[in-house]
Amino acid sequence: MSQTDLEIVVDDPTAPEDDSPSVVSSGTIEIVVCLLLLALATTLGYDNWRTGASWDSTGPEPGYFPFYLSVILGGGSLYGLIVALIAHRKAAETFVTRAQARRVMAVFVPTLLFCLVTQFLGLYVASFLLIAGFMRLVGKIALWKSLLTALVFTAIMFVTFDIAFDVIMPKGPLEAAFGH
Amino acid sequence: MEALGLLLHGFAVLLTWKTLVLMMVGLVLGIFVGVLPGLGGPNGVAILLPLTFTMDPTSAIVMLSCIYWGALFGGAITSILFNIPGEAWSVATTFDGYPMAQQGRAAEALTAAFTSSFIGSLVAVLLITFLAPMISSFALKFGPPEFFAVYLLTFCSFVGLGREAKHKTVISMSLGLLLAGVGMDTVSGNLRMTFGSAELLRGINFLVAVIGLFGISEILLTMEERLALRGHAASISLRVVLGVWKDLPKYWVTLLRSSFIGCWLGITPGGAIAASFMGYNLAKRFAKEPESFGKGRIEGVFAPETAAHASGTSALLPMLALGIPGSGTAAILLGGLMVWGLNPGPLLFVEHKDFVWGLIASMYLGNVVGLVLVLTTVPIFASILRVPFAAVAPMIVVSCAIGAYAIQNAMFDIWLMLGFGIVGYVFKKIGIPLAPFTLALVLGNRAEDAFRLSMIGSGGNLGVFWSNGLVGSITTLAIVLLFWPVIDGLLARGGLTQGSKTTSA
Repeated sequence: MSQTDLEIVVDDPTAPEDDSPSVVSSGTIEIVVCLLLLALATTLGYDNWRTGASWDSTGPEPGYFPFYLSVILGGGSLYGLIVALIAHRKAAETFVTRAQARRVMAVFVPTLLFCLVTQFLGLYVASFLLIAGFMRLVGKIALWKSLLTALVFTAIMFVTFDIAFDVIMPKGPLEAAFGH
Repeated sequence: MEALGLLLHGFAVLLTWKTLVLMMVGLVLGIFVGVLPGLGGPNGVAILLPLTFTMDPTSAIVMLSCIYWGALFGGAITSILFNIPGEAWSVATTFDGYPMAQQGRAAEALTAAFTSSFIGSLVAVLLITFLAPMISSFALKFGPPEFFAVYLLTFCSFVGLGREAKHKTVISMSLGLLLAGVGMDTVSGNLRMTFGSAELLRGINFLVAVIGLFGISEILLTMEERLALRGHAASISLRVVLGVWKDLPKYWVTLLRSSFIGCWLGITPGGAIAASFMGYNLAKRFAKEPESFGKGRIEGVFAPETAAHASGTSALLPMLALGIPGSGTAAILLGGLMVWGLNPGPLLFVEHKDFVWGLIASMYLGNVVGLVLVLTTVPIFASILRVPFAAVAPMIVVSCAIGAYAIQNAMFDIWLMLGFGIVGYVFKKIGIPLAPFTLALVLGNRAEDAFRLSMIGSGGNLGVFWSNGLVGSITTLAIVLLFWPVIDGLLARGGLTQGSKTTSA
């Protein structure tokens, strides 16, 4: 057996602290989600009722099936709301701590910006900026490594999708300058 | 015997250089997907689906199913070496797999995991080979009420047998069914739930939802946790492999029992998670020294891995034969079939024999090649975890965006993916299950069409779902499963059962 004693160790210097304070409890989020789902069920239910949720000469109207699904969704959300309100008084389990929220935002905000930039500069430029920026700013990885990784990955994606498999991605002014 | 002839024909369809290369590419990508934190089988298949858009359906499905097999194999690497279950069904593998690695038996544990994955999948593929044609020819007799009854059975069993709070499963499922109805009504041509938005005319593509719900949300969740890994390096030698294989006959009861459990829970929507835990618990219960489980016993690796992979593979049986996916990944593969203009269900076996039998043949070949590949490349794949997550995370985000955009060439879908990412993150954290949502989104339109056709045929009489023995038994079974927790509780109170925990065992 060629089992070795070597260990693979990957440390995470930016790991969230264990004693970080809670930002919001799971109970509160459950209440908010149930309220939002209840509002969604009401809106969709109204829209389907307006479209037609009964019977005509040809059978069930277009809104018939989704209308009753809205009712089921509304019922489930209302029940969930009551359960969450009762449970909320008893226990307050943490949904996310401050340190965790910071880390989630460190991914979410760049992803949001990436979607925005894709609309104007195309997917490949946005990908390059996201990968290089994320590696450098969040991962604190050396600038040359970040730029090189982003360039290689974006190039592989371009060759794979746009050239090899003919899957056309959104382009921006840079690709246009190169005739794509 | 007819099945064997058709299977040989499937191998003939499959054995071209092009398909074999695609199979290898799929397996390697799948193992990558299985090993990388923040990805998994369903995400990998959904994200890489656009790669297959320009291929013929057989090559495409072979590549996608090989990504699936690869991901199943890859999950065991992180479970055993790093004590990190890549998928929920790998949790039970860590119980004995990681202690084995700590004792310096990582190679043995990995060989056991890969071999039992192979055995579980093989049993399930044999089942598919012989059972799928029979089920599909039986299903050819189905009319709209029977099909709706089967959809109802699927939905009800998720609610009744699921581990999550019932109202959360109901919320998840009804939301999925509702969103499936967004856009143009296929029967009347009316617009529903679009609120004047031109983007919503196309409806909500379930692959976009899946990429957001599983891919983006998993990145957010993974980032939230500590990413310090500490694991064992391992390489597998031929001597270890042969040693484990030589001992296999000793564990035939465990392997057979776990395969049976896995196949059963794969065909019914019990799922691979329930199968792996049930396989592990039963192996422990019937062992001579149950207290030795959890301390590095090889049976503790054999049992959950065999059951999980038998379950994951047999989930493709209802997808192929009835058009009803038994798991999240099967649902995505079903979506792939629809993208290529194929209609999953009984007619698939009649109209597209080459495709179906090519796929089934690829299941055999993909498993054999996958087993050899993982046994020889473990150190390479394990070392992927050395890559900093700060590099992996944005690459996964980009891959998700490419996947979401390519499905309909719509920028709106990238935004939709982000929205579903947030929904997935919140739902996962408050315990709203995502699998029923995905399944409902995939089956929503078909279920509605079957319901409407049934109701039109009966003039609005719900009695149509009990109009003959077949549809009546399926509908009744669906209702029994929906109220199973109540029935089980009543039976337990009457002393008839022990209040069995259907899926948590």
